[in-house]
Amino acid sequence: MSVVRIPPVLRTEAGGEREVEASGDTLRELLEDLSSRLPALGARVYAEGAIRSFVNVYVDGEDVRTRDGLDTPVQEGSTIILLPAMAGGR
Amino acid sequence: MVASSLLDLIGSTPLVELAQLSPPGRTIYAKLEGQNPTGSIKDRVALAMVESARLMPGAELLEPTSGNTGISLALVAKLKGLKLTCVMPSNATPERRALLELYGATIVDSPGNEGSNGAVRMAQEILAREPRYTMLFQYANEANPRAHYEGTGAEIASELERVDALVAGLGTGGTLMGTGARLREAFPGVQVVAAEPLPCDPVMGLRSLEDGYVPPVLDVSKLDRKLLVSNTEAAAAARVLLEREGIFAGVSAGAVVHVARRVADELPEGAVVVCVLADGGWKYLSAPFWLGEEIDEAVLWW
Repeated sequence: MSVVRIPPVLRTEAGGEREVEASGDTLRELLEDLSSRLPALGARVYAEGAIRSFVNVYVDGEDVRTRDGLDTPVQEGSTIILLPAMAGGR
Repeated sequence: MVASSLLDLIGSTPLVELAQLSPPGRTIYAKLEGQNPTGSIKDRVALAMVESARLMPGAELLEPTSGNTGISLALVAKLKGLKLTCVMPSNATPERRALLELYGATIVDSPGNEGSNGAVRMAQEILAREPRYTMLFQYANEANPRAHYEGTGAEIASELERVDALVAGLGTGGTLMGTGARLREAFPGVQVVAAEPLPCDPVMGLRSLEDGYVPPVLDVSKLDRKLLVSNTEAAAAARVLLEREGIFAGVSAGAVVHVARRVADELPEGAVVVCVLADGGWKYLSAPFWLGEEIDEAVLWW
């Protein structure tokens, strides 16, 4: 089981929770599991076999786009962070 | 050195070894961008953007910025006879506001809870209403990464014989894209690593995911790694940087050093990591983290 941290803009779809649990050996499996538990949340993050634009997904603090994308391995106890894409730079 | 203009003193910043913070057998060098004329890396970007725009004297600039870019643009605008209006989140630190005003910029507030995205949105609205403004828009201006390709990256490549990893903060993406591209030419195996701020609840108060924004300057596929850093980790590293190396740097520099140490640890013996410290600590003095107090996650980054 892994912990998925939910940003404020997605908490309605997560039943108001800040964190939910999901399981899988890869991020794809984990997002499939998340989508089956919380379909509304899953659909905002993951659709047609891809992570949606404007959503960043991090496994243990690293953006999966610079790892193996949906094939990124997930360990038991990993933390998954979902975030809206944001501009920084001031 | 005698310069005929302060603008000639932008860039050519020093590299210093972080002897106390480098893991055994590895070397971390820090590029001290706080030594630019207004105290941040954004001097490079502001000068490059203004020069490439070829504006007439008296032209009016409008830019969404909560600090460093605005201060840099204000200096460049002053010395080139231009006017500047900055759109900034209302919760930016008082030092940054005061500095902008002292340099001669006009400030327009955007909602603090919308962060940088809110400032961008408001600036675009003003521009649509008042076409006399020129918006250089660092998020989409190719002079931004080019300043780092021709400056930051070229300087590092000419000073060092080996670079295994570059670590810089992820804001507009300009530093990482430009410096990264130049270093890849000189050191083909170099890893380009982004240290990314973990946003906090107030900043993430977007209305929906569709309000999200990826700067056109940023091409995530050109990053080898992208690592989140919490404000707590960044502030702790900024304190350690001051305590152990005597470098008084800003919070994003703390984040970058935090990631540089992690990356250096994972690289083989002999590896060289360069991290870009975007500014000094001065503009964050009112933030309580220097004393180890509770950190206000909202306003610290840049």
